[in-house]
Amino acid sequence: MWSWVLHRITGVAIFFFLLVHILDTALVRVSPEAYNAVIGTYQTPIMGLGEVALVGAIVFHAFNGLRIILIDFWSKGTKYQKVMFYVVIALWVITMLGFTPRHLINVFSH
Amino acid sequence: MSQTLDAPRTPVRPARKKGVNWEKWGWIYMRVSGVVLVVLIFGHLFMNLMVGDGVSAIDFAFVGGKWASPFWQWWDVAMLWLALIHGGNGMRTLVNDYARGPKLRAAFKVAILASVAILILLGTLVVFTFDPCPVGQPADLLPSFCAA
Repeated sequence: MWSWVLHRITGVAIFFFLLVHILDTALVRVSPEAYNAVIGTYQTPIMGLGEVALVGAIVFHAFNGLRIILIDFWSKGTKYQKVMFYVVIALWVITMLGFTPRHLINVFSH
Repeated sequence: MSQTLDAPRTPVRPARKKGVNWEKWGWIYMRVSGVVLVVLIFGHLFMNLMVGDGVSAIDFAFVGGKWASPFWQWWDVAMLWLALIHGGNGMRTLVNDYARGPKLRAAFKVAILASVAILILLGTLVVFTFDPCPVGQPADLLPSFCAA
């Protein structure tokens, strides 16, 4: 059940970020100054931590989505759904251990 | 006291027997687009956040350099279409599950459809009409190839 709850919450969060992200990127069509001003706010320490949360949500939604596909189409998917949830969590931890230090160095050393 | 409750999971409308089964195609779309989006978005995050100085290197010149190549234009447009439709259909699922009352449900669905349609149109236009070297702009804000 928690995988289902988390899939919904991360999905909604990613959807609303996507709406904002398309609008901020569209500013490249306005002027270089306008785009740089807005993208500059993505490079602040607080937003840098927000990007860790965003990537965490995306990585969970991605891995759990692949788990859902395996449950639906793999003949042994339902039998191993719980094991696969633990695999999703493990892969999430590994991915975030790779992403977070490098991203935070990029954010805090500039 | 003769009030009765519908059986759990009773649909609002019975499934149509004729014509295209849109719910089935929506279900298939979520899985097919999901697999493609894992590749497209992980690639996007890697290129923009992990390579070089990551997020702190992103500016107009960075985007201009990327969209000078049709490869990244199409990468981003594919991501735009697939992700917005995937997200819009996901939001529709949540409205179906949680929003009460036909008017509220219809209002939410119209809002979702409008946001998805407008942003697909806006994003596609931006990617394909984008000029990496706009005239009269300071050269230090533009990609280096603009000087050539």
